[in-house]
Amino acid sequence: MIEFRSVSKQFPDGTLAVDDFSLTLPSHQTTVLVGSSGSGKTTLLRMINRMVDPSSGTIEIDGADIAALEPVQLRRSIGYVMQNSGLLPHRTVIDNVATVPLLRGVPRRKARTEALSLLDTVGLDRSLAARYPNQLSGGQQQRVGVARGLAVNPNILLMDEPFGAVDPIVRAELQQELIRLQSELGKTVVFVTHDIEEAFLLGDQVVILRDGGRIAQVGSPSDILAKPADDFVASFVGADRGKRALHVERRGGSDILVDTDGRLAGVLVAPSAADATPDHRAPR
Amino acid sequence: MTWIWSNLDLLWDRTLDHLVLSVPPLLLSFLFAVPLGWVANRYRISRGVILTASGLLYAIPSLPLFFVIPAVVGTSLRSPLNLIIALTLYGVALMVRVVADGLASVDKDVRQSAVAVGYSGWSIFWQVELPLAAPVLLAGLRVVAVSTVSLATVGAVIGAQSLGSLFTDGFQRGIQAEIIAGIVLTVVLALLLDGALVLLGRILLPWTRLASTSRRALRAARVTEVSE
Repeated sequence: MIEFRSVSKQFPDGTLAVDDFSLTLPSHQTTVLVGSSGSGKTTLLRMINRMVDPSSGTIEIDGADIAALEPVQLRRSIGYVMQNSGLLPHRTVIDNVATVPLLRGVPRRKARTEALSLLDTVGLDRSLAARYPNQLSGGQQQRVGVARGLAVNPNILLMDEPFGAVDPIVRAELQQELIRLQSELGKTVVFVTHDIEEAFLLGDQVVILRDGGRIAQVGSPSDILAKPADDFVASFVGADRGKRALHVERRGGSDILVDTDGRLAGVLVAPSAADATPDHRAPR
Repeated sequence: MTWIWSNLDLLWDRTLDHLVLSVPPLLLSFLFAVPLGWVANRYRISRGVILTASGLLYAIPSLPLFFVIPAVVGTSLRSPLNLIIALTLYGVALMVRVVADGLASVDKDVRQSAVAVGYSGWSIFWQVELPLAAPVLLAGLRVVAVSTVSLATVGAVIGAQSLGSLFTDGFQRGIQAEIIAGIVLTVVLALLLDGALVLLGRILLPWTRLASTSRRALRAARVTEVSE
């Protein structure tokens, strides 16, 4: 469990990135921080592994104040995945994945063996192990980034817009992969995005942020969709534009879902088909 | 040509002398430039001071420097050590800026992600910043290598034996072949050192060789990803 207690952050240049932020992030669940740029979402994420220290307030992980922990040790115990993967360009895929175990003193051979099996976990072929990051596609690099984040088997996984720089098809694939991984691993995931669709797809708890890290609404995706707290949230999730209010129209023998603007949103299908788990690819 | 064939031993000795005079300054200037360049890159004030100072250092003419060094260091006026020190100073003057620029060229995202996964301050420098700056450092070292080899010929003027001695001797005794041999050997030596550095880079920096092939590999990777 991660707890923010009245956390504020003012940067030296005077910007108040986060203003009196309090939130509990439950263990083994995915909390998504969503907001536009300037909402302080990345700053909040970076406070959890002490990349940024709060100006005031405390952050606790499982009851321990992280201000008392040594930053480097703390970071080595928390998985971190960032946009553009953040892989080291001069290290091979396998060495990138093994980075943190090696920093923690795991013997090289053991670290590499474990890194190889992590490539399986994230659905990458082992033949890529000896490649350098710039020999991989964006989607593959991002998978390596996730494997690296998982390498020390951390309880907490921080993800800073990890799928922001890949094309929509690969992004959808990576999102499904993350859902699969999370159902197997049950990490405490903190995910930052500006994409509300991604937030609703991945989040058990979704936190919608205004400027300065002020919480507009916290809740499950369905809570937020059903009862937007205010106009800001309604506009953020698209409810004010009628995007989320769908009705059924019978056209050509099918039930077509149409939003308030008259845009076609989808087809109404039998519940059994809709409930079926999305099929994802078998690990390669 | 006959002069050359009958003096191969001399040419070989002078080439070795020249190597002994130019390789240590190359290594020393790298060793001194790395910490200086790091400091220059680290703080804005030190950047201005260090880079200006090194620029001025390079502007000092070599002959006066040969007289100043013995006075400051206490070496004898005709010691080859003076030349090594002078060449090191010139090398540092060139390399400091290269090191500072090389470290500044390291991708901020990569640096940040290294911090995020738990590299400590020193390990970031040794394991991330220095290797990633290495292609720039190598380019700088190649310039320093060639310029050091060419500058080392000046040593002949203060009595340090080198390929430059072939110029001075050839002029004094009117042996044209000796002068030409000196020039050619200097160029060859510079090219050899340069080639050695390129080779060293290929061995030590394998990821930089991918730049040309990576686009093809990337396309191949995309194709497999989509088709799978």
